[in-house]
Amino acid sequence: MSAAPDHTPTMAAVALGERLAKAAPLLLVPVLVLAGYLAIGTTSSWLTLTVSGLAMGMMIFIMASGLTLVFGLMDVINFGHGAFISVGAFVGISVLLSLGAWTGAPSLALNVGAVMLAVFAAMVVTGLLGWGFERVIVRPVYGAHLKQILVTVGGLIVIEQMIHVIWGPDEIFLTRPEMLKGAVTFAGAAIEKYRLLAVAVGLVLFVLMRVVFRHTKVGLIVRAGVENGEMVQALGYRLRLVFVGVFIAGSALAGLGGVMWGLYQEVITAGMGEEMMILVFIVVIIGGLGSVEGAFIGALLVGLTQNYVAFLAPKLALISNIGLMTVILMWRPQGMLPVVKAK
Amino acid sequence: MKILAGDRPRSTVLTLILLVILICLALAPFLFPGVRSLETAARICIFIVLVASYDLLLGYTGIVSFAHTMFFGLGAYGVALASVHMERGFGALAVGTVAGAVAAALLALVIGLFSLRVRAIFFAMITLAVASAVAVLVSQLSAITGGEDGLNYSIPRELTPAFRLGEVAGVRINGKLLNYYLVFGSSLMLVLLLLRIVNSPFGRVLQAIRENDFRAEAVGYRVVWYRVTATCLSAAVAALAGSLFAIWLRYVGPDTVLSFEIMLDILLMVVIGGMGTIYGAVVGATIFVLAQNYLQTLMGSAAEAVAGVPLLPDLLNPDRWLLWLGVLFILSVYFFPTGIVGRLRGKA
Amino acid sequence: MSDPILTLRGVHTDIARYHILQGVDLAIPRGEVTMLLGRNGVGKTTTLRTVIGHWAVREGEILFGDRPIAHLSVADRARLGIGFVPEDMGIFSDLTVEENMVLAARSGRMDSARQDWIFATFPPLKTFWRSAAGTLSGGQKQMLSIARVMAEERQLYLIDEPTKGLAPAIISTMVGALRELKAQGASILLVEQNFAVAKALGDGVAVMENGRIAWTGTMAQLAADREAQESLMGLSMEAT
Repeated sequence: MSAAPDHTPTMAAVALGERLAKAAPLLLVPVLVLAGYLAIGTTSSWLTLTVSGLAMGMMIFIMASGLTLVFGLMDVINFGHGAFISVGAFVGISVLLSLGAWTGAPSLALNVGAVMLAVFAAMVVTGLLGWGFERVIVRPVYGAHLKQILVTVGGLIVIEQMIHVIWGPDEIFLTRPEMLKGAVTFAGAAIEKYRLLAVAVGLVLFVLMRVVFRHTKVGLIVRAGVENGEMVQALGYRLRLVFVGVFIAGSALAGLGGVMWGLYQEVITAGMGEEMMILVFIVVIIGGLGSVEGAFIGALLVGLTQNYVAFLAPKLALISNIGLMTVILMWRPQGMLPVVKAK
Repeated sequence: MKILAGDRPRSTVLTLILLVILICLALAPFLFPGVRSLETAARICIFIVLVASYDLLLGYTGIVSFAHTMFFGLGAYGVALASVHMERGFGALAVGTVAGAVAAALLALVIGLFSLRVRAIFFAMITLAVASAVAVLVSQLSAITGGEDGLNYSIPRELTPAFRLGEVAGVRINGKLLNYYLVFGSSLMLVLLLLRIVNSPFGRVLQAIRENDFRAEAVGYRVVWYRVTATCLSAAVAALAGSLFAIWLRYVGPDTVLSFEIMLDILLMVVIGGMGTIYGAVVGATIFVLAQNYLQTLMGSAAEAVAGVPLLPDLLNPDRWLLWLGVLFILSVYFFPTGIVGRLRGKA
Repeated sequence: MSDPILTLRGVHTDIARYHILQGVDLAIPRGEVTMLLGRNGVGKTTTLRTVIGHWAVREGEILFGDRPIAHLSVADRARLGIGFVPEDMGIFSDLTVEENMVLAARSGRMDSARQDWIFATFPPLKTFWRSAAGTLSGGQKQMLSIARVMAEERQLYLIDEPTKGLAPAIISTMVGALRELKAQGASILLVEQNFAVAKALGDGVAVMENGRIAWTGTMAQLAADREAQESLMGLSMEAT
């Protein structure tokens, strides 16, 4: 045999077309925003709607990220995810209502402090609930998708009913803390302070998630596990523990989303999680199952679409998101940024 | 056993239960006189058909769909709209029923062709999204659909209490009775039809696909075509059930025929009764509707009895009956994956 | 054989309804390269996958040293020092080459001597250190796959067809790498269809047929016995 030739590897320059294809999903958001501007016309309305859309999108992203990750990593479909949203909302809002002195005070520090306590409580409770849910409801049906769907729907029903048992049959109304009420004016538009906060929180969380995924070992294990769980185990990592951790984190995030959504709507009902799940599913589908980035983009698209269409043609609002989903699935049947599975 | 297409109950207890149910439903007006019992009986008949049609999809083809209530609603609104816009009479009912069934089949075709090429989970989520969208749409297009309030309409006089025919065994024979027997007779025929379908060569291929779709495709069956057909058939029968419901109730509204709660109820009935058996639908629907009507009263009394104890009265609050059914549902999936029918037949 | 690194006794493995391994008895000596040969479909890959734990043992024992491991999880077996290079390479395409290697050196950083050795053996890995592993060519991916198992010292290396589909030039790079591993005293169980490679590396040989070990011996013995070659594997090693 001859000596091995010098390895002078070359890589074909990535064609422009290919590079565009990769960036396309990201570009959709600004494209949609622009289209919205053209359709709506007035800058002030457009601005208000865009901020609303982004805020809503961020909150849906927070709720959806856990679900898509759990599916991508564990191949588990959790139709009960909505329960965590509702429970988080109820726990968080209850804490908030009990801190009336803090929320009523005209002090940003106290207000934010109250909200943070509420969020903390919500995330702890939903995290624990998630741990229990994984152990009792999900674990026995690993690998059986049909049973997973059925059992998690059952779990959803039971948890929702328990909310009624603990908090009563009625919805609970609330108002936002003093300093978070009202709006700021910008370019002639009234933009609610809370919505700006929601956008900020969503962005921070997204960046945080990216950092964890790309720069920590745990993130590495999760990313590798989403692609090929078997190999990750063969490298010596106890994937089970990572699974449970991700499930708990996903549930806690849903709880956070619930609190934020509750503050956004200023009312909470036991069925709110269930109602959000439609949009969450749409986001997860168009983002690509298992992709957090896809969910982020998808959520922004859904939030923007919902708000723009609600303004332009109110009766078509929900259908518009189905339409969005149809269009994206026809373009990319696996979602925008599907995870490449090794299976 | 030709009438059952050769699909015998295969368990003495089950046969007895089915016979009891059949006799009670057939003779309901005479055995259980009273408006409430007749309502319950009619509801049982209709839900048996609805759940059995879902069983065709879930139990025999292995497809999870959350759009079933939508098809039910299509059939119901079909009859309602026809009755509102056409002259009172059986013609309107016929037109509405056929229109509803055809619309359901077509919609199922569209959804099926689009979604069955994607993964099963996608399909489930997509059906959920579409069904909610339709429910919202119906509520909002109030000019056509009557919106949140729904539609009231008249049905042929022969099916109303005003139409009198005398008395038999102390029970008044009137249009309401005839209406009931229309519901009962049609339901019976539809169930027998479903039995025939699942036991035909078509039905066997469905089961093969459910077990292992790769192999079925490899053997030469175009899996997509079979799944789409099953979806359309299931949708059409659901729509027929909806039409019967509309005829019986003389009212349709988003809450009564399109709510997600009904979808959950169907899931509970089919799992508790036993998937992939058709008879499971009969048993499941009966238990569920009876529970829905009578368990709540029971729970109410129980709640009163433990009024002083913390938390218990809230758990036994009749409005919380869904909680217990949910628990039963989860337990069924784990411990009785074959449902009551499966258990009775002695399968693990 | 005194103190084999790996022993299989009467191992039966099922995959779905198929009874693939039908009583495998095998002892892998320490510090040697044992070739696992046989026709397609006889169960070689299944054997490796059973040892690492991806497939469960239905019956029989697996001993690592003198320690039974059949009840341990995949991760726990890997932690004992068993390295696995699967047939499909199992590299993580979405992760960079660097990230793939970081994951492979589970117990901490790779020491620089080892890193230099890997770069010297597989230069493309250094070039594409920060590129996504999915953009590598087939041969380069195979290199990464082996490099990963070299990231730490392992007690036992299970390697499944490392040269499958590779160009001859790259094959010789592979063989060189495996020879170096062997020179360091590694215990390797190697499945290979390419007989030139088998002959170049193998010390001991186990040939499988119908889910069982049909022949064991040294490489030299098998190389000399053309009848055995033909009957066991349907071809001769002459044609290289």
